[in-house]
Amino acid sequence: MRKTFVMVFLVILMTFTLFSQEVIKIGMNFELTGPVSGYGQMSRDGVLLANKLKPTVNIGGKEIKVEVVAVDNKSDKAEAANAIRRLIDHEKVVAVIGPATSSAALAAASIAEERQIPMVVNTATNPLVAQNKKYVFRTCFEDTLQGALLATFAWEELGAKNVAIMIDVAQDYVVGLANYFEKAFEQFGGTYFTEFYTTGDQDFTAQLTDALSKNPDAIFMPGYYAEIALICKQARDLGFTGPMFAGDGADAPELIQIGGEYVEGVSYTTYFHEDADLSPATKPFVEAYQKEYNRRADAFGALAYDAYMVIVNAIESAQSTDPVKIRDALAKTKNFPGVAGTITYPEGSGNPIKPAVINMVENGQFVFRTVIKPSM
Amino acid sequence: MTIQMFFQHLANAISLGSIYALIAIGYTMVYGILNLINFAHGDIFTFSMYFAFYAVTLFLFPWWAAFIFAIVLTTLLGATIERVAYRPLRKANAPKISGLITAIGVSFFLQNFAIVVFGGRAKSFNPQLGVYPTQFAQVLTFGDVRIPLLTFIIIGASILALLVLVWIVYRTKAGMAMRAVSKDVTAAKLMGINTDRTISQTFMLGSALAAVGGILWAMKYPQIYPYTGMIPGLKAFIAAVVGGIGSIPGAMLGGFILGVAEIMIVAFLPALAGYRDAIAYIILIIILLVKPNGLLGVEIGEKV
Repeated sequence: MRKTFVMVFLVILMTFTLFSQEVIKIGMNFELTGPVSGYGQMSRDGVLLANKLKPTVNIGGKEIKVEVVAVDNKSDKAEAANAIRRLIDHEKVVAVIGPATSSAALAAASIAEERQIPMVVNTATNPLVAQNKKYVFRTCFEDTLQGALLATFAWEELGAKNVAIMIDVAQDYVVGLANYFEKAFEQFGGTYFTEFYTTGDQDFTAQLTDALSKNPDAIFMPGYYAEIALICKQARDLGFTGPMFAGDGADAPELIQIGGEYVEGVSYTTYFHEDADLSPATKPFVEAYQKEYNRRADAFGALAYDAYMVIVNAIESAQSTDPVKIRDALAKTKNFPGVAGTITYPEGSGNPIKPAVINMVENGQFVFRTVIKPSM
Repeated sequence: MTIQMFFQHLANAISLGSIYALIAIGYTMVYGILNLINFAHGDIFTFSMYFAFYAVTLFLFPWWAAFIFAIVLTTLLGATIERVAYRPLRKANAPKISGLITAIGVSFFLQNFAIVVFGGRAKSFNPQLGVYPTQFAQVLTFGDVRIPLLTFIIIGASILALLVLVWIVYRTKAGMAMRAVSKDVTAAKLMGINTDRTISQTFMLGSALAAVGGILWAMKYPQIYPYTGMIPGLKAFIAAVVGGIGSIPGAMLGGFILGVAEIMIVAFLPALAGYRDAIAYIILIIILLVKPNGLLGVEIGEKV
């Protein structure tokens, strides 16, 4: 009697686990709190919208539900590594989206590689993130390209000859982007000098006083929005009137909220603006985003949305939930109509070649100025 | 380095030092009277910013009313923390170290509470929102040296806070009770002093000072997020120790020393600018090695 009970129980348990397999999980490793939580929260909103619009994948004629799980990496490298471990070991995800920043993404990337779980970062632009890694992909361009585009912009559009660069020594992204800018700017014949600070610094008056004594034509801030806003304020307070420009790290509404009138005229490179016509998918996305969140779509959300869609697309073309097969399908992505530009991964690389958008702060708004297509 | 550049650096240093000094005064006062290192001071400081911010943006208070509202609310927060977290420890006669550990716990609690309630994304403390008049944001020029008006307001507030504090501690009955408690809690109680009330008042005073510092800090560096108070809190702690923890003029001196050191290191050795926070720790270590009681601290013999 007892044996039959156990048998029946086991059978029920097995069928239960069989049916409950009908869900696959995609993880999100984002900066939901901490100094750059703006990026992480915008990114998460993008993924949630994508999941809402495409909640299932079709494998062998069966619709399987896709569940997204978010873990907060607290804008911290060590926490980002913990977050991806938790997603893989505890949540059993088949792929991970994020982190949004390069330092955090670098810390997570080696773990994705080791565990053979595909990881698609939305906005981590530092080249090292995907270099020599089979399992790491991006939906954004990388900083070698961004640095060159910024140098072109500074030299041609701003007419700057001597540029002050404010470098956050604690961020791989900032050090990298400054480096690529410097190389490209030197080729134009420009000169530059550098000033240093650390993430979380709030007072930049010493560095700026030093910088202004060297009469720069423009100030380049390859850092993140929180510091950029304060640098702009303090530079203007110290009497600097020239142009100031930044990389994609400037792209958060907080830049304008914190910087107010001090960030007027700041221009920066980014991946997306809702007025830029980047692909046939852009317009429907902008409308869906507006409807869902009642605000304008942003670059972080757009690229995170693309990351989700690229993964889901790979799962369907692989016809499998096996992370290794998903990775192989991801690597073959060709002409995928992302909302922030078409994505094609060149042979053996997780870096798509994409155009950059230049935005500018005007009257308290991010205004689209132009799209720069890469010549490489 | 030209002479006017030097003066600009000096102005920046005084500007930074004065705000460290103001926060350090609140820190050192609680220690001086209760011998408790209140690690939650920096987080109380953060909350005052949120109170002022929401009073203006949510309740549409005029800026001055928002400031008073924030100071009152922060004072109550200080009293509540004392009642909930520290008083039970005193009642249970817990060892001193428990107070320190509890303070760290309170700090973590406040940070995470702020994340849940106010959200992780930074809020702006920008005059365009009406949180303070735009005139306060103007910059005064003295030849080639530019000093924000706010610097003078902060220095004025620090001196005013110092005077009010000295008046309370040395000229009022509550102050006399505080001094008695700082000497010996048990004896003070035997002399008929309501020690619970006195300790509560000390916390309220310390929190009010944190609130004044918090609002001025937010005006100077207009972004508020749940961890805003961490670094200023730490710097204030270091300033208090350098000046001699428990000594109010010492805290002011320590704050200025820290501000000047941080700016001058960047000014004279720009390559080390990324290690600015380390400078504060190095000063702390040197002081602890050379003069463990701080610059203006007094030698306290161990009670036998």
